[in-house]
Amino acid sequence: MTDPAEDVVLSVENLSIDFRLRTHILHAVENVSFELKRGQTLCLVGESGSGKSVTARSLLQIVDRPGSIVGGRILLRNGGAVTDIARHDPDGQAMRAIRGRRIGLIFQEPMSSLSPVHTIGSQIIEAVRLHSDLDKRTARAKTVELLRQVEIPNPDQMADRYTFEFSGGMRQRAMIAMALAGNPDILIADEPTTALDVTTQAEILDLIKRLQVERGMAMLLITHDMGIVAEVADDVAVMRFGRIVERGPVDAIYHDAQHPYTRQLLASTVKLTRHVEGRVPAVAASAQPQQPILSVRNLGKTFGWHGKTNSLRAVDDANFDLYPGENLGIVGESGSGKTTLGRLILRTVEPTTGSVVYRNKDGSEVDVTSLTKKELRSFHREVRLVFQDPFASLNPRMTVKEVIGDPLIINGLAKGKALEERVAELMRLVGLDPMGMERYPHAFSGGQRQRIGIARALALDPRIIIADEATSALDVSIRSQILDLLLDIRQRLNLSFIFISHDISVVRYFCDRVAVMHRGKIVELGEAEQICTAPQEAYTRSLISAVPNPDPRDKRMLHRHRFVAPVL
Amino acid sequence: MLGYIFKRVLYMIPTLFGMSLISFLIIQLPPGDYLTSMIATMSDSGQAVDPAQIERLKEIYGFDDPFYIQYLKWIWGIVSRGDFGHSFEWNQPVSGLIWGRMGSTLVISLLSLLFVWIVALPIGIYSAVRRHSIGDHVFTFFGFIGLAVPNFILALVLMYFAYRYLGQSVGGLNSPEYAEAPWSLAKVGDFLAHLWIPIIIIGASGTAALIRVLRANLTDELHKPYVITARAKGLPEYKVILKYPVRIALNPFVSAIGWVLPHLVSGVTITAIVLNLPTAGPLLFRALVSQDMYLAGSFILLLSALTLVGMLLSDLLLALLDPRIRFN
Repeated sequence: MTDPAEDVVLSVENLSIDFRLRTHILHAVENVSFELKRGQTLCLVGESGSGKSVTARSLLQIVDRPGSIVGGRILLRNGGAVTDIARHDPDGQAMRAIRGRRIGLIFQEPMSSLSPVHTIGSQIIEAVRLHSDLDKRTARAKTVELLRQVEIPNPDQMADRYTFEFSGGMRQRAMIAMALAGNPDILIADEPTTALDVTTQAEILDLIKRLQVERGMAMLLITHDMGIVAEVADDVAVMRFGRIVERGPVDAIYHDAQHPYTRQLLASTVKLTRHVEGRVPAVAASAQPQQPILSVRNLGKTFGWHGKTNSLRAVDDANFDLYPGENLGIVGESGSGKTTLGRLILRTVEPTTGSVVYRNKDGSEVDVTSLTKKELRSFHREVRLVFQDPFASLNPRMTVKEVIGDPLIINGLAKGKALEERVAELMRLVGLDPMGMERYPHAFSGGQRQRIGIARALALDPRIIIADEATSALDVSIRSQILDLLLDIRQRLNLSFIFISHDISVVRYFCDRVAVMHRGKIVELGEAEQICTAPQEAYTRSLISAVPNPDPRDKRMLHRHRFVAPVL
Repeated sequence: MLGYIFKRVLYMIPTLFGMSLISFLIIQLPPGDYLTSMIATMSDSGQAVDPAQIERLKEIYGFDDPFYIQYLKWIWGIVSRGDFGHSFEWNQPVSGLIWGRMGSTLVISLLSLLFVWIVALPIGIYSAVRRHSIGDHVFTFFGFIGLAVPNFILALVLMYFAYRYLGQSVGGLNSPEYAEAPWSLAKVGDFLAHLWIPIIIIGASGTAALIRVLRANLTDELHKPYVITARAKGLPEYKVILKYPVRIALNPFVSAIGWVLPHLVSGVTITAIVLNLPTAGPLLFRALVSQDMYLAGSFILLLSALTLVGMLLSDLLLALLDPRIRFN
C-alpha cells in the first residue's frame, strides 16, 4: 500500500454493500473507492437508485436493514492512527464515538430530518453534550453560538422554537448547526438543498462552503444536480447502478468526460440551459394575429378576512393571456402563489376578485369565474391538470387502464372495447407500451408514471394543460425526456401549456413566455429568453443568478445578485 | 393555555346539557313507565293491583306530566340541590346508590388503563423494533386472541382457573366475609386479590388494540429521517428509539384515556355481570330494564360527564406531549 497523502482523512477502498431481500440479493454498492481530503469537497453524483446515499450512510454504519457492508474498507485517519469503520459493530461504542464527533451528517429533507416534538435547541444541545462533558448551561451557550454561525437571527430565542416554526431554509441551517456540534472533521451532505428554493439553495451552499473552509473540514456532497457540482466540487465521482463509473477533478469531468454516462448526464443538464429550437405547433406558427385562448384579468385570491392584518394575498392582481399553441411558464419560489394561480384558473380554488375568460373552439367566450357547476365540468374537460408527484397522483389500486380511462368513464365517453383502444392509443402517444395497461402503477418507474399522468390528462382531448411542477420529482435525464414528450404532444395536438415550476432551467427550455411571481404578484412577464438572459426586475435578476451553472469555469452562483425584499 | 382549558370547560356545559336531554328522552322512548312494568310483574306473579293506589303513585311520581316538565324537575333538582331523583326499584334516593358504584367504576377504569399502558408500551415497542421476529409473532398471536375472544368468555375461563387452581373466591371485588366489614389492611389485601381478574379481562382487548396501534405507528416512524439524524449524532440505539420515534408514536396512548371509560361502562357490562362487579354497568342495565328512569338517567349523565372529563384530560395531555397540537 502506498503511503497516502497527508491530508487524506478518509479513504474508502472497494466498498460493497448488499441488501439481502427475500427473493434475491441486491448489490446496492459495488467496489466503490474514493478519498476525502482535508478542506476539499468530493461530489458524489448520480440519479436516484444509483447507491450514492447508501454509500454515504455506510460511512456512519447507519445503513438500514437488510443492507450490510459485505466487502471493502473504510479507513478513517486521525494523525497517525487509522481505524477501519467497516469493521466496527454498528451498535458499538466505538462507532457511536465516530458518529457526530468525527463525521457529521446533513441530509435531504429539512421538513422531516429534525424531530417535530423537541425544540431545535434541545436537539442540538443533546448533540453537543454527547461528545463533550459540558454542563447544560455551557452546552446551551455553545448551541446558541452554533446557531449564530449558521446565520440564524436571534439565536438565543430561536433555540427554544420548534421545527415547524422554522422555514425550510432555517431548518436546514439548524440541521447544519447540529452536524457541526461535535466539531467533526468530515461533513457528509446528502442532497442538502434539493427541497429548497433556488435562492435559499444558493445561500445554504454558500454557508456550507464557508464553514467547510473555516473549519478545514473534508466534505462529501451528494447530489443529482450537475449545476451544484460545478459550483462547489473539487473532485467528482459519478455513480451509476452502484458503481463509480468515473472519478476525477471537477474541471476534467466537465470538460473532458471519458465515460458515456457522464457525458449523457452533462448533456441533459446543459440541454436545459437553452431554449428548445423549433417544434412549434401549426396554430402558433401561422402568420395571422391570434386571439388568446385564455385571458386572466385582475385575478386575485385572499385567504382570511378581507382587510384584516392576518389576511394573506396569495394571488394579487394577476394579468396574462395564453395563446393557442403557446407554453407559458409561471416561475416563483415556494409560497409565491404560483400553485394557487393554477388552481384559480381551474376554479378548484374560488377566486376573490378578477376574471378568467376562456375562448371556446367556436370562438365564443365564457367567463370561467361565473360558470355553474355543470358548465365548469365541461370547462374541466378542455383544461386538464398534470401533477407533480408521480407516486401520489396515481391511485395504487387502479390499473393503468383504469387510471387513464377514468376521465372517459366519468364523462361517459367510452367503454368496453372502445375504451381499451383509446387507452392504447394514449399510451402509445406518451411512449408507453399498451401491453402494460393491465398492470398497476407500482410496476412503473417515476418517469413512466409521469407519462401515465400525462396520458390521463390527454384522454379528453384537452386544449390547455396546466402542469404543476410536472417534472420536479424526476431525475435530470428523465426530466428532459418528459419535456421533449410534452413538446412533441403540443406540436401534434395543438395544445397550450401553463407550466408552473420553481426550476428556471426547465422553464427556459420548455416555455415561450414566462411570468415571474413573487409574493402573489406577477413581477415580470416576457419572452423566456429575455427573462433568463436580460431580466429587468431586481427580483428576477436575483432569482436567475441563483441558478447554479453547470460549468466549473463559470461559477455564477458566487457572484449572484442578492435581492432584499421590502418589508411588508 | 389557561384560557384554552377554561374555554373547553365552558363548552362542556352545553354538551352535558344536551346529553342529559337525549339520555332522558331515550329512557322515556319505550312505551310505559316504571309503574306499568311494576304492574306487569305483579300481575304475572298473581298479586292483585289496586287501581286507586296506582293513580296515587302516578300522581306522586308525576308520570302524567308532559316529558319536558319531568325533565326540568329532574335537572333542576340536580343543579339546585344535588338531588338526582328517586329510584323506584330500590326505593331510595339515586344519589345514595350511585356514588359507590361510580367510585368503583372509576377505580377499575384507572387501574385497567394503567394495566393497558404498562403492558402495551414495552410490547408495542418490542414488536415494532423487532418486527417479524419470533417474539413479535408470539405477541401478535396473543394480541389477536385478546382482540377476538369475547370478554365474558375470558372472564369465565379466568374465574374457573382462579377458583380451581388458586382456591380463590371469585366474583365481586371482595370475599363474602369482608363484604360488610369496615376497611382494614386485610380487606385491602382481599380487594387486591380480587382485582386482578377484572383488570386483566377489561384491559385485554384494549391492550391488544394498543399494541397493534403502537406497532403500526412506530413502524412508520422508525424510518423517518429524524431517527437517522438522531442515530448520526452518536446516540445509543435505545435512546434513539425511546426519545424520538416512541415519543411521537405515543399519541394513541394518551387518547386511550378518552375511550377507556365509556368502553368500561358500555362495552363490558356483560363481563361485569358475569364477574358480579359492583360497577355502574350492571346497575345501569337493571335500571334500564325496569324503567327506573331517574337512576338510569343519572348514571348516563354522570358517565357522560366523566367521559367528557376524560376527553379533556387526554386533549390537554396530548397538547403537553406534542407541540404541534399546542401551537395550532
